[in-house]
Amino acid sequence: MRALPRWVDILLLPVLNVVLAFLVGGLIVLAVGQNPLQAVGIMLYGAFGYGSGFGYTLYYTTDFIFAGLAVSLAYHAGLFNIGPEGQAYIGGLGVILIGLALNGVSWMFVFPLMIICGAAFGAAWAFVPGYLQAKRGSHIVITTILFNFIAASLMSFLITRVLKPAGVNSDESAPLDALTRVPQLRSFIELFKNSPVNITFFLAIAALGFVYWLIWHTKFGYRVRALGHNPTAANYAGISNQKMIMIVMAMAGALAAMVAVNNVGGVQGRLILNFVNGAGFVGIAVAFMGRAHPVGVGLSALLFGVLYQGGQELAFQMPGITREMIVTLQALVILFTGAMGDMLRAPLARLFSAPAGGKQ
Amino acid sequence: MTSLNPSAQQRPSGAAASDLAIELVGINKHFGPVHANRDIHLQIKRGTVHGIVGENGAGKSTLMSILYGFYTAESGEIRVNGTPQAITDSRHALKLGIGMVHQHFMLVDNFTVLENVVLGAEDSSLLAPTLTKARAQLKRLATDYGLTVDPDAVIENLSVGQQQRVEILKALYRGAETLILDEPTGVLTPNEADQLFEVIRTLRDEGKTVILITHKLREIMAITDEVSVMRQGAMVKTLETKSTSPGELAELMVGRRVLLRVEKGPANPGKIMLDVENLVVTDDFKVERVKNVSFSVRAGEIVGIAGVAGNGQSELLESISGMRDQQSGVVRLNGVPLSLEGDDGASRARAAGLAHVPEDRLRMGLITNFSEWENSILGYEGKYGKGLGLDIAAAREAADAYIKKFDIRPPNKDLKTANFSGGNQQKIVLAREMERNPDVLIVGQPTRGVDIGAIEFIHNQIIKMRDAGKAILLVSVELDEIRSLSDRILVLFDGQIVGEADPATADETELGLLMTGSHPSGDKLPPHETPVQQTLVEMSPKNNTGRDTN
Repeated sequence: MRALPRWVDILLLPVLNVVLAFLVGGLIVLAVGQNPLQAVGIMLYGAFGYGSGFGYTLYYTTDFIFAGLAVSLAYHAGLFNIGPEGQAYIGGLGVILIGLALNGVSWMFVFPLMIICGAAFGAAWAFVPGYLQAKRGSHIVITTILFNFIAASLMSFLITRVLKPAGVNSDESAPLDALTRVPQLRSFIELFKNSPVNITFFLAIAALGFVYWLIWHTKFGYRVRALGHNPTAANYAGISNQKMIMIVMAMAGALAAMVAVNNVGGVQGRLILNFVNGAGFVGIAVAFMGRAHPVGVGLSALLFGVLYQGGQELAFQMPGITREMIVTLQALVILFTGAMGDMLRAPLARLFSAPAGGKQ
Repeated sequence: MTSLNPSAQQRPSGAAASDLAIELVGINKHFGPVHANRDIHLQIKRGTVHGIVGENGAGKSTLMSILYGFYTAESGEIRVNGTPQAITDSRHALKLGIGMVHQHFMLVDNFTVLENVVLGAEDSSLLAPTLTKARAQLKRLATDYGLTVDPDAVIENLSVGQQQRVEILKALYRGAETLILDEPTGVLTPNEADQLFEVIRTLRDEGKTVILITHKLREIMAITDEVSVMRQGAMVKTLETKSTSPGELAELMVGRRVLLRVEKGPANPGKIMLDVENLVVTDDFKVERVKNVSFSVRAGEIVGIAGVAGNGQSELLESISGMRDQQSGVVRLNGVPLSLEGDDGASRARAAGLAHVPEDRLRMGLITNFSEWENSILGYEGKYGKGLGLDIAAAREAADAYIKKFDIRPPNKDLKTANFSGGNQQKIVLAREMERNPDVLIVGQPTRGVDIGAIEFIHNQIIKMRDAGKAILLVSVELDEIRSLSDRILVLFDGQIVGEADPATADETELGLLMTGSHPSGDKLPPHETPVQQTLVEMSPKNNTGRDTN
């Protein structure tokens, strides 16, 4: 198959896929007797039109960037990390433990420790499937999926039996002191009032830049990509496949765990049951749609942020549009950008190679 | 499809249409901007062996794929036995009596010969009647063409030569009158190749037509009646084999004069640089593939390891270069034992001064998704930049220098490596490994799938390394290559070194017999269990090769 021009490959193709998803979504909206254009309008307004909505969009985007990067980094090493959900969940344990240990201390001191401690927990959790893949050949897809379940069960146990203070009814840990919580942007910027977006958002932007630098501008990144493209050639080059797999998985887990800094440290101020709420899985779609490139991951994380926030607005405002339909729309985006992401590749290739073939 | 024939005058005299098994008229095929076949006219006479030669990318395979129905030509006509045909797929081609034996066999490894032969040609949903019929027919084919294979043998237990016979039988069973053989000797020993040629002759004598695609001019001269030369998608010339020479063919293929023999001066062996002692290596399935091998390579000499593919060469190369763990034994570089354990052993071997041109550049030597400059630092990336960062500017600069020095084309360091031709890919690997000034260079199959023009260049580079005082270990299944490059030949059979020869005097048949472990004086060879080190390293090249039987 002919290669597509670069801009078509990384820009036009994903945009067309999203447009297709929305077209099919529009048909569904039409089928329930609503105006698709109006639905899009409400969705966009809900996501961008007012401060609090925009804040929510950025808050979701933050989660999706971290989860998307966790999948992308592993993907560059040829590893399909399905486990950001569990890695983020376990990362939450690290965040809350350090937070509670230093409860009352200023966030300026605790925030970096939350990052480190959360990252360590997430890394440790992802390291195990990495180890099993590297040393035992257990497939990373299977083990990371299983580790999501193990994480969920383990955390349920810890939250309900260990971390839950006596006399509290809901399943959650003790709360963090206001001083210790990661500050939300609304305390500096009026626009974001009533929204949970917090300074972890900037950490996410920094993480995008960091991963870009790491993958394309370091020796480590070169080795990661070598391993991802051709493990035999990596072995030939003297790059230890086993060590790289374990290191990359640990780093992916650390990135996923930043979801917990955003949520546990920045919003809830406590560890609640199932706080990740699917963000880890969305990260898989984000990574694929963003072609595992940090710029793409940033943009597709934003798109999913819009879908989440705008979708909730839509379900709230438009009669006949239920939450399930929003999920359907999100599923369509994943379907068209992920599973069927290459559907338009062949026609586009024909379109863009025909004039070139004719010239010579 | 228009079928005006502008090439009537090109038709060799005396070839009436009815004598032609296959006629291609004005075939054109593009792949994107690449004009893979330009207005090809080709006539293949019934009952002849017709060779098609050309460099990689000359369009041989495309042409044959069109004939076999894999691709459809954009214009032009295919005439089978004088009748124009639009061949839609390989099934259709088979129906027209055209069969193809691919370079890579299409056999089910755990099926028997019989099952493979009937696969896809079953008469009914019940297998037994088909098998009975096929068994009888195989017997007849075996007696007619000398294609004897045990019908109940399982494919994976057969030698490569026998597997190839099964492929030929498959085509004949389906009624092939014209047989296309794509690089059939690439995987064969010299003896097996001779047997194949015998089969081809019999096929021709029985009235079958054989089209032989190859890049080995020796084979063309030995077996074909006519030969067609392709270059850059065009049919350059069709010649009678009797009235041409390898030199002329090579010139037609490349478009310029080519030196077919390697020119090199005598070697000046110095001190031992690479020393392998009692090496034992197993493959991925824990089967011992290198069995207690010892040898050494001195500075300024090329030691060639000859052998049929699959006799432990890969494992030997991989273990010396640090890619594969050894079970026991020592590899010394300049007297210092290398520590090669673990899956990053190759980095330590490189650091000690051992460069490795792997036998399979696409699987090991290159990351085809990487650009040229990224590949030009593979394995040496640690040297580019201090700390964590990769010094991209320095790497790109080095790539530019290699492109210039090794004449890598196109000279575009940002092009994906997959888009370079085989010869240029090999040059990328060679440049990377040679230009780091290693003490020892180990080279596997340096010219596999490489054009004649590039082969010349690559051979010269290897000799230049030798003359610069490097120790070079060359492993190749191309006996010609081993003989023309090496200063000393070691023959590897079944994981053991079974003999040593002097390339200047070695006899091809003798080497061939050694390579298959069936040397008549094999019992005179030193037993491998006992001090191999001494017998092989220290013995003079004249001994123990059994040449005295001449």
